[in-house]
Amino acid sequence: MASPELAGLYQQVILDHSKLRKGSGLVDGGVAESHQLNPTCGDEITLRLHLVEGSGTGTGTGTGDVGAAGEPIIERLSWDGQGCSISMASASLLSELAPGLTPTELTERIALFREMMRSRGAGVEDDEPLGDAAVLESVSKYIARVKCAMLAWVAAEDTVQQVTAGRA
Amino acid sequence: MTLADLPRTTFGNDDAKRVRADFPALDQEVNGHALVYLDSGATSQKPRAVLDVERHYYERQNAAVHRGAHTLAALATESYEQARQNVAAFVGVDEDEIVWTSNATEGVNLVAYGLSNASLGRGGAEADALRLTADSEIVITEGEHHSNLVPWQELAARTGATLRAIPLQDDGTLSLDDAERLITGRTAIVAVTHVSNVTGVINPIAELVEIAHRHGALLLLDACQSAPHLPLDLHALDVDFAVFSGHKMLAPTGIGALYGRRALLNALPPFLTGGSMITTVTLEESGYLPAPQRFEAGTQRISQAIALSAATDYLSAIGMHNVAAWEHTLGERLLAGLLEIDGVRVLGPQTPEGRAGLVAFDLDGVHAHDVGQFLDDRGIAARVGHHCAQPLHRRFGVTASTRASTYVYNTFEDVDAFVDGVRDIRSFFGVV
Repeated sequence: MASPELAGLYQQVILDHSKLRKGSGLVDGGVAESHQLNPTCGDEITLRLHLVEGSGTGTGTGTGDVGAAGEPIIERLSWDGQGCSISMASASLLSELAPGLTPTELTERIALFREMMRSRGAGVEDDEPLGDAAVLESVSKYIARVKCAMLAWVAAEDTVQQVTAGRA
Repeated sequence: MTLADLPRTTFGNDDAKRVRADFPALDQEVNGHALVYLDSGATSQKPRAVLDVERHYYERQNAAVHRGAHTLAALATESYEQARQNVAAFVGVDEDEIVWTSNATEGVNLVAYGLSNASLGRGGAEADALRLTADSEIVITEGEHHSNLVPWQELAARTGATLRAIPLQDDGTLSLDDAERLITGRTAIVAVTHVSNVTGVINPIAELVEIAHRHGALLLLDACQSAPHLPLDLHALDVDFAVFSGHKMLAPTGIGALYGRRALLNALPPFLTGGSMITTVTLEESGYLPAPQRFEAGTQRISQAIALSAATDYLSAIGMHNVAAWEHTLGERLLAGLLEIDGVRVLGPQTPEGRAGLVAFDLDGVHAHDVGQFLDDRGIAARVGHHCAQPLHRRFGVTASTRASTYVYNTFEDVDAFVDGVRDIRSFFGVV
């Protein structure tokens, strides 16, 4: 019926998240918003970054309980979008990962995710910081689909950069 | 001409299989399955005869045309101009009415920028009739490919003219009443596709030409999806301009053609300027050759033009009536098969009449990209996305669709593999 490769691309957790769409539905407020479009297929997302004054140090584990004053922490990402199962699942998995991280930590995870997506199936040494989003590694074998998986992450990266630029 | 006018044909599945054997690219496995290529609407595969002609040109003739006195230059020039004559005959026009372009997109831009230059006063008195002003209107349809839409948006922006679009009906067809309403004495040019690359609708071109000409407007035909698939007689259709791309009709990429009525082409100011399109050049100004050379600046796409000519020879040997009739048969089977599948919504007419051999559809609950991925896993190549027709997709309330488009080398087996594949998709994605 379907090859093992295809079954690997569309693992159950990915199909589940493509329907679950965690974080879907824009929430009022937020400190930055980004709209990203994949012009070849029409997939698009509008994503907002919601921060709370926190005590992050930029070196935390993402559990949001790191001491020391400094960076705010991410309360949530909220988004509206439409697209293929990979792009929607990826946005959902990102929305699950981000809360409790500082913007700096999220930036690091986005960089790791991008490295994984560019690995052409080889993966990254340590994908644990990506949580469940690590299942998207299978997408990296399908070069044409990498941009689907990256869409929400590029939007999140843009919101963080807006905040950083605003602060600078 | 409509499909009903085609002569009867006996071309069948065995003939298609024989044709298929001429195409090396079709004889391969993809993801462990024999390739099923149903993306010819995007680009066609090439027969050995075309590949051989291009190779032979580079191995035996290669030289710059229309310059140089040596033997190879003469041979190349002869082949190149013979190709023009041949391609002109294939679409029912005279050789000096065919301008080589890179593709249909460049052809549309050539006309749009030519009109733009005329509007700026270039081209002198002869081009006066081609001027657009802020009172002018350009009429397109809601179903156009972006290549026959964006250049007109740009022309409107440069000249102050207004761009109007004939709306599509719910089944993707055009209403001639709407055309009558929108094409008026203010209309400078009507730009319309012959066959929709999404719905497969064959538009009523003769009627649209009549309306346009009654109001003194020009009509440009996008023949990208008709020149490869239907017998085409542009003189009989009486269009003023027409464009098509070689790569969709068995030829290489990088070559296409613009047809223009002789008087129009000779009045239209050039788009690209430079070498080879001039008469006398001084440091201050230049004179231009008549068409088609005035539109062919710089060293041309010689091997591609010769290969396009070989492609039209190949198609003529099969017979364009056979090509059209066979694709209609395939399209009928494709449409019938897809309409039986739960969750399939076909974009465009739900019956095969007046439709070309392609079908685009939305599959409820599964995004087109995922549909395409599933099919690719079975070695089936189809197009997914908006097919460069965003307004048309918006009209149907979707952002993307899946399209299977046939050519003369496709078989019943190809169509059946596609339909079987689509039937399995929703359960794979857990939608049903």
